Amino acid sequence: MTVVHTPAPSLPPPTSEIGVLGWLKHNLFSNWYNSVLSVLAIYLIYLVVPPVITWAIIDSNVLGSSKDDCTGGGACWVLVTHRWQQFLYGFYPAEERWRVNLGIFLGFAALFWVLAEGTPWKKYVTLFLCLGYPFVAFFLFAGGYFGLVEVETNKWGGLYLTLVISGVGISTSLPIGIVLALGRRSDMPVIRMLCVGFIEFIRAVPLITILFMAAIMLPLFLPPGTNFNLLVRVLIGVSLFSAAYMAEVVRAGLQAIPRGQYEGAQALGLNYWKMMGLIILPQALKISIPNIVSSFIGLFKDTTLVLIIGLYDLLNITQLAVTDGKWLGLANEGYFFAGATFWVFCFGMSRYSVYLEHKLHTGH
Amino acid sequence: MAADEQLIAAGTTPARAPLWRDAKIRSLFYQALTLILLAAGIGYLAYNTVTNLEQRGIASGFRFLEHPTGFGVLFTLIEYSEASTYGRAYIVGIVNTLFVSAIGVVLATILGVTMGVARLSSNWLVAKLATVYVEVVRNIPLLLQILFWYGVFQQLPSLRQSVNFGDAIFINLRGIYLPRPIFESGAEWILAALIVGILATIGMTKWAHRRQDLTGQQFPLFQASVALIVGLPVLAALVTGLPVSFDYPELKGFNFRGGMVILPELMALALALTVYTAAFIAEAVRAGIQAVSRGQTEASYSLGLRPGPTLRLVVFPQALRVILPPLTSQYLNLTKNSSLAPAIAYPDLVHIFAGTVLNQTGQAVECIVLTMAVYFTISLLISAFMNWYNRRIALVER
Repeated sequence: MTVVHTPAPSLPPPTSEIGVLGWLKHNLFSNWYNSVLSVLAIYLIYLVVPPVITWAIIDSNVLGSSKDDCTGGGACWVLVTHRWQQFLYGFYPAEERWRVNLGIFLGFAALFWVLAEGTPWKKYVTLFLCLGYPFVAFFLFAGGYFGLVEVETNKWGGLYLTLVISGVGISTSLPIGIVLALGRRSDMPVIRMLCVGFIEFIRAVPLITILFMAAIMLPLFLPPGTNFNLLVRVLIGVSLFSAAYMAEVVRAGLQAIPRGQYEGAQALGLNYWKMMGLIILPQALKISIPNIVSSFIGLFKDTTLVLIIGLYDLLNITQLAVTDGKWLGLANEGYFFAGATFWVFCFGMSRYSVYLEHKLHTGH
Repeated sequence: MAADEQLIAAGTTPARAPLWRDAKIRSLFYQALTLILLAAGIGYLAYNTVTNLEQRGIASGFRFLEHPTGFGVLFTLIEYSEASTYGRAYIVGIVNTLFVSAIGVVLATILGVTMGVARLSSNWLVAKLATVYVEVVRNIPLLLQILFWYGVFQQLPSLRQSVNFGDAIFINLRGIYLPRPIFESGAEWILAALIVGILATIGMTKWAHRRQDLTGQQFPLFQASVALIVGLPVLAALVTGLPVSFDYPELKGFNFRGGMVILPELMALALALTVYTAAFIAEAVRAGIQAVSRGQTEASYSLGLRPGPTLRLVVFPQALRVILPPLTSQYLNLTKNSSLAPAIAYPDLVHIFAGTVLNQTGQAVECIVLTMAVYFTISLLISAFMNWYNRRIALVER
């Protein structure tokens, strides 16, 4: 006679350990000081979030044509909605704005085409983006050829100008930075010293002094009588500045490539440029992607500095709007809008870099 | 190889590569070419500059540093008047830049470390709040934040409606007015007591560490330091009969008289620099703490240390080695970013020298070179100091 032992069925876990209660207990009230912290945090959120939502959404006025249309007592978004064209295009003539739209759209479309997965003819679109697009964009934006009216660069402004400066900066700083990084690791002492000197000098001084140099000193360097566009000078300054930072990022990537890769490439009989172009740089750039993107984000934020030398980028247009006599007292709305715009771009880039990092993490 | 040996065996030497394929000669050629091009370029630019300056009738050289400026400066820590020289204005600018940077560095470190630790908190809400702070602040341009905070300070009440704290502290849109301490004779004893306190603390720290190494006994270092640094000066003040009086700010007519004022420009710049840089420091601190392996924490718990001491005594000292390099570069960034001051007219080096002085004298090259030289020197000094400190705390490996 055998007695089969049947264990009593397991009891469910205590209700304080599972579900919402359990989560609260473990994550917010695990001990007395965590509980105090949680209560403080909830109080802080209560202090900040509801008033901001009331101000920004519930009590706000969105449409109208002057400050008097703001009757809700909250945010006066009329400032932005009434002047949205200035925020986007600066002083670009209204009848020519289609050129900006087309140019920016083309750029983003080509970029998404290249970055998206599974799109055909990637090679040709990339080629267009690198070689053709800069010219197309230049002729569209500046005009003066093919029957397009010339639009002087001092009329460029708003988000459009911010995108132009950061776009040019991003697309020129990476190649220059790669060349500088290779130069810094070169065997030729003269080249190496020049690159080190350039990189360290630029990294040691603030961007604003470089911009002052571009705006004030550069005209002195050129033959008397040469008239040199301020925007072009600023673009040169921004590109060189971010190239120095990019060089350090790329150098870190190059240093992370094991010596065996170099030796393997040399053993295959590849010359310097083939070795770098086919073996070393693809790997080095891949591991530096997160840092490259954060350099891009830094550059995008730094474009606001052109405000100090008088270009009307998004921030300066905002500044113009909030110091306008008819719209005084709306500084919070202006900065909130500009800040949100910058935030969307920067946060988007940083998320994309995280995604890319995961995608390319083919790990060993 | 084999071919070479055969050739040598045959009594001939291997054919030399043509000149343009010889790596050494090629490298020499490229370097010489670069140098020549560079020299030619610099010569061309220098020639143009000299011609341009002559054409515009702008003097060159640094003689202007001895001339009087004729302009006033909003805020100085050292003596300065309109009769002072441009050289003096240069010093004022450097001092103001260093002042706002120093405030920023101290506050950003405190806020950044707090936020970095908070991001790793086991408390879900605290961790999320810290994450939101970092992600919001990091992705908004600093210049916008400076303008925003300046705008906030300008929304403070007007002079007449100042927020009044006991007739001693007034807050309004011109800044924060505080009582100014006036030191009478005997006050030097307080300063002396403070110095003695600091020196004694340094000595005591060394002694306590040695004793702990020898005997394992701990010493209440923190309490004793506070007692020495705060207690001694207070004692000295009491003994000498309180030789400090205060000059209170008072609203007279259209302005406050007496006291001292913290300008909104200074506050906005320092606050924006602090908040912005702290977000980056928080990320560096988080990465550093995460780099310390989990085993260290577990071992520390199993030795019976509580979470607080574990973080302070076990994790943080190890994380410091990882945190330090990015922290240095953030300090450097903060100092360089203080150059955004011209946007709100805080009189820092760039505003005074690359702005006002440059416009008055027209000597663009000299002004910008002198301005850059300061930042260049600061960066070299900070990186030299940090390299030294880094070596000191580096792991001593076998």
